Amino acid sequence: MHPLDLVTDLRTFLPLEAVLYESEDLKAYECDGLSAYRQMPMIVVLPRTEDEVIRILRICYTSKTPVVARGAGTGLSGGALPHATGILLSLAKLKQILEIDPVARTARVQPGVRNLAISEAAAPYGLYYAPDPSSQIACSIGGNVAENSGGVHCLKYGLTVHNILKLRVITMAGENLEIGSASLDSPGYDLLALMTGSEGMLGIVTEIIVKLTPSAEKAQVVMAAFDDICKAGNAVANVIGAGIIPAGMEMMDKIATRAVEEYVHAGYNLEAAAILLCESDGTVEEVADEIRRIDEIMKKSGAIEIKTSRDETERLRFWAGRKAAFPAAGRISPDYYCMDGTIPRKSLAHVLSGIERLSTEYGLRCMNVFHAGDGNLHPLILYDANQPGELEKTEEFGAKILGMCIEAGGTITGEHGVGIEKINQMCLQFSNGELKIFHAVKAVFDPEGLLNPGKAVPTLRRCAEHGAMHVHRGEEKFPELPRF
Amino acid sequence: MPRAPIKSMQNIIDQSVNTIRAAAERKVPLHICGGGSKEFYGNHIIGQNIDMLDITAYSGIVVYEPAELVITARTGTRLADLEAELHEHRQMLAFEPPHFGAAATLGGCIATGLSGPRRASAGAVRDSVLGVRMLDGKGDDLRFGGQVMKNVAGYDISRLMTGSMGTLGLLLEISLKVLPLPPVELTLSLQMKEADAIEKMNLWAGKPLPISATCFYNGALTLRLSGAEAAVRAAHTKLGGEEMAEGAAFWQSVREQTHIFFQPDKSLWRLSIKSTTPPLSLPGQQLVEWGGALRWLISNADVDAETVRAVTGAASGHATLFRAGEPSAARFHPLAPEMMNIHRRLKEQFDPMGILNPGRMYPGL
Repeated sequence: MHPLDLVTDLRTFLPLEAVLYESEDLKAYECDGLSAYRQMPMIVVLPRTEDEVIRILRICYTSKTPVVARGAGTGLSGGALPHATGILLSLAKLKQILEIDPVARTARVQPGVRNLAISEAAAPYGLYYAPDPSSQIACSIGGNVAENSGGVHCLKYGLTVHNILKLRVITMAGENLEIGSASLDSPGYDLLALMTGSEGMLGIVTEIIVKLTPSAEKAQVVMAAFDDICKAGNAVANVIGAGIIPAGMEMMDKIATRAVEEYVHAGYNLEAAAILLCESDGTVEEVADEIRRIDEIMKKSGAIEIKTSRDETERLRFWAGRKAAFPAAGRISPDYYCMDGTIPRKSLAHVLSGIERLSTEYGLRCMNVFHAGDGNLHPLILYDANQPGELEKTEEFGAKILGMCIEAGGTITGEHGVGIEKINQMCLQFSNGELKIFHAVKAVFDPEGLLNPGKAVPTLRRCAEHGAMHVHRGEEKFPELPRF
Repeated sequence: MPRAPIKSMQNIIDQSVNTIRAAAERKVPLHICGGGSKEFYGNHIIGQNIDMLDITAYSGIVVYEPAELVITARTGTRLADLEAELHEHRQMLAFEPPHFGAAATLGGCIATGLSGPRRASAGAVRDSVLGVRMLDGKGDDLRFGGQVMKNVAGYDISRLMTGSMGTLGLLLEISLKVLPLPPVELTLSLQMKEADAIEKMNLWAGKPLPISATCFYNGALTLRLSGAEAAVRAAHTKLGGEEMAEGAAFWQSVREQTHIFFQPDKSLWRLSIKSTTPPLSLPGQQLVEWGGALRWLISNADVDAETVRAVTGAASGHATLFRAGEPSAARFHPLAPEMMNIHRRLKEQFDPMGILNPGRMYPGL
């Protein structure tokens, strides 16, 4: 269908400002949070109601027009990168909090509602929405569902998949699915889990019931400095080994510590090879008990300095450093590239020394922040896109880090999603048969392949052609496909 | 626990692959079985000349590192052995799965997706599942998810498999998140009416209290508190109630359905509904769990399935005929046509010949 005919069709039920097709209007949508990848969409549509979403999808389905869904555009894997001949479906205007049920501890919201706005609306009832990705001021709950977002508290409180009860989903054909319910489980297959983290490939979410969690009476954080990164890693294992599940447990290496300390003055020890932040929350009695034990463990694990937050101001100051890691990277380098591998915690020292070796090899600095409790590593490779070849070197460096994560028994993405960014690394993590299953699941929901084409799951051909040959579990991959 | 040599384990997989491929070729239904402890649950397999596919020999723990909070085990592993191993390291399966017999295996636990008393506070089976290794209906050996807490690479097939009653694949290995045992547990009993108990359960669930299980039956609300000693004592003071001496045994009886309420000769309905629903008016006796979100109904034959399903449906929930004297009744709540359609298409992709536990969940799956 000609773009202008599509615009005409869409404008039969959408106001002028809800259908954008002039290049100056489209420009704002050419990338998401991963700005290294850019693509202008053909048309941007901004529906305000579920009914409009259904009508848009039906038109696109009939005209075989690709559809890329977008929430707040804060994603870090290029999942909302537009399609050149497709529609970018922004769900930002579906931003109503439809209902808060304080007794049942649930909120019914539209997908464009910001993550933090849910917690703000629930606060008067002593409740909040637990998953807290770093971008929670801006990111939308719809995007959180698409990516199965985590945050710094997910070892104790879970990911998005653990904190939602029900989704209303519109399929590409315009059919409405009610997945999950206000009760704790539903009959049939667990489609709620299947939809969560499906990166806009299976359907468009138009309504979400999230679980709300009672706010803790108290939270307190221990900040411990170590002169050796292995000691810090052991301290994490010792805390878990003692039967403690901290509310948050974060690690930063020396480069990260120095970068953030200069920026926010959180009071970090600049001589430390690693800083650990370990938070306890719960009732006053629980926190007192746990903080005492954490403090003891840090001492025994060889911390060179330990500080415990004395009040809420100090707790927030200790966290401010960790939360400023990304902007701090932006201050010391023109560009940075954030990786998202997850590893078994025991492999931390091994993987970090591998990153250090690669950093020397490529001549690029890399600072590491680490959700230490759950093994999710965020190396930030510092580079300058204006230096010819540096972005390519950075991407190669990043790909090697992800390779190391897989070798260590981990995964290429803990919480940012595959999107367009890690599509080649999917070929390393999954076998031919496994990828076929992913394509089969996609075909169940979207047989025409119109939703977010080219993202999240690589074609078998792409994997066969993707340069780095990788021996997967002792078998050569795709023996049936021709090689270059 | 004894660990079998890897080679013989691979032989079991090879045999299972052969069994599945042969069955697919001849279109013969396979009845996947573990310890048989949950054989009563679900519908009968539909088809002629059904072959058994016994996976109990594929057993043993593959990897368990307590400090990683992850255990990977083969699905033939007895649930009791697995939990004993965890207990030795002061850890547990947070979802407190019912065994329903000493022979219960990990595979059956995951395939049925049944969780116990701790579910409302610590999550369901699916919340702890991190990864699976499985054979699909073509006999392909596949792995999804992994052994780490956070993993968003690819669709979440591991959780899709959980509770799918063996209709999408033969589970081989499961990786689970485990949690430390709470240092202290204390059970309280408070006398009150059902309506008040449901109100209190919901009210307290909205407060930062260390409540890890709830049960209302016969005029008594029973609560379990779990956590640090000081926190548990403080909560006891706040909530009041009398401490129950045999608390652990009480929760065990609810979990395993040996509690006096569960009368084996009568039909047992499992009603999963919105937690705030006031007492349900249905003939028979009820026991409430999960902060009001789970109601067990023991009924005589005089309550018909349609009535039960209408009442639970109105409470945003669904009803399962959990145990029945009458084998003909459909056990699971009917799905909306568009949802059934998605289910059928998923089944076709995972098991194109329809040989894996056909009909165990719904006809046509």
